[in-house]
Amino acid sequence: MATLSSPLRVCRGLLKELRAIQGPSYKKSAAYNYVMEQFRKNKVTSERHCRAVQEAHHDSQTYLCLLVSTRNHLVLHNIYHAKGERSAEEVAGVVGLRLPTQPGGKGWEK
Amino acid sequence: MLRTLVRFSGVFRDTSSLRLLSSRRQSCNFHLNYSTATSERKRFYQDVTISQGEGGLFEINLDRRKLKTPGGKLFTVPNEALAIAVATEWDAQKDTLKFYTMHMTTLCNTALDNPTQRNNDQMITAALKFLETDTVCYRVDEPYGLVELQKNEWDPVLQWTENRYNVTIGSSSSILGPEIPEATKDTLRQHLNSYNFWSLTGFEYVITQLKSVVLSLGIIDRHLSVEQAVLLSRLEEEYQIRCWGSVEWAHDYDTYELRARTAAGALFVHLTSESSTVKHKLMQD
Repeated sequence: MATLSSPLRVCRGLLKELRAIQGPSYKKSAAYNYVMEQFRKNKVTSERHCRAVQEAHHDSQTYLCLLVSTRNHLVLHNIYHAKGERSAEEVAGVVGLRLPTQPGGKGWEK
Repeated sequence: MLRTLVRFSGVFRDTSSLRLLSSRRQSCNFHLNYSTATSERKRFYQDVTISQGEGGLFEINLDRRKLKTPGGKLFTVPNEALAIAVATEWDAQKDTLKFYTMHMTTLCNTALDNPTQRNNDQMITAALKFLETDTVCYRVDEPYGLVELQKNEWDPVLQWTENRYNVTIGSSSSILGPEIPEATKDTLRQHLNSYNFWSLTGFEYVITQLKSVVLSLGIIDRHLSVEQAVLLSRLEEEYQIRCWGSVEWAHDYDTYELRARTAAGALFVHLTSESSTVKHKLMQD
């Protein structure tokens, strides 16, 4: 039932995430080599058959999900939760409101 | 209104700073090594490398120092894939170490230190306790839209699990939930018994995240993808989002966090339970 996107897309997604993590020199990292090796190894060939291809595919998709979700979670965390206490104006802004303005300045109603 | 707002925020500031102080003091007294999940340290290393130590176990090196668990043990993992996943997490930290984004590391630490001192049987019992209050077994009577949604989305997964393990679980809309026969629990207990301690750690983690044994089995058996399982686990919330709209700082935030945690748990189970073997075809004359 698990609908998986094609292995090529997953592979490219993984490389994109690794690049985001490790910067331009990501091709030298162990993770890059491992991912590439696994994707090459699990191509079905007549010479050898390693793990079930489906399993490897599912795992790669899971890892991609882990990397993407962690990155997105961190982005949202930094926007909404990392800065500590907000000002009253900002809090109102988060729920789409604006604080009332007082035409005569503070203490005008007295 | 402005004044009351300001007064309220003042009160909150006081209490939160107090809480921070007290928790800091507590954690210092309690255990020096265990940092709280939200605390951040400066990144103190440049390079992260992997090396294979005694017994074929893989270790993580930060510059020249070996990574240790919070409990003080040497950090070792059984295979290269897991070591790479952990090393990538350490590499992904920019200026500060954000432990709350390092799920694979956390899981390895839990498995190595076993901070709650439990054995396999206790973990299986704790995991199966979730079956009695499994998310997909509890249905609502109204509103109609949600009833339909639960039926259409949850029933196929439930049926698949029942067929796969040849058990009865069932669903119910009463507050007591369905009555799950002992035979079902025995079968699942036997199944979980086939996993090793590391895998069980991951398994329990997935179950506690999704609040569902059925969905967890679906992921671990590779019937569901992580995205699907998380969607099914949050079905009611998704329904409410459809009615009332999505709020980024609550809904999306939760979804991404749940996905990351679930994916980490599932991957952890897969990486620690499988043994990859390469079978070469015999050359024929």
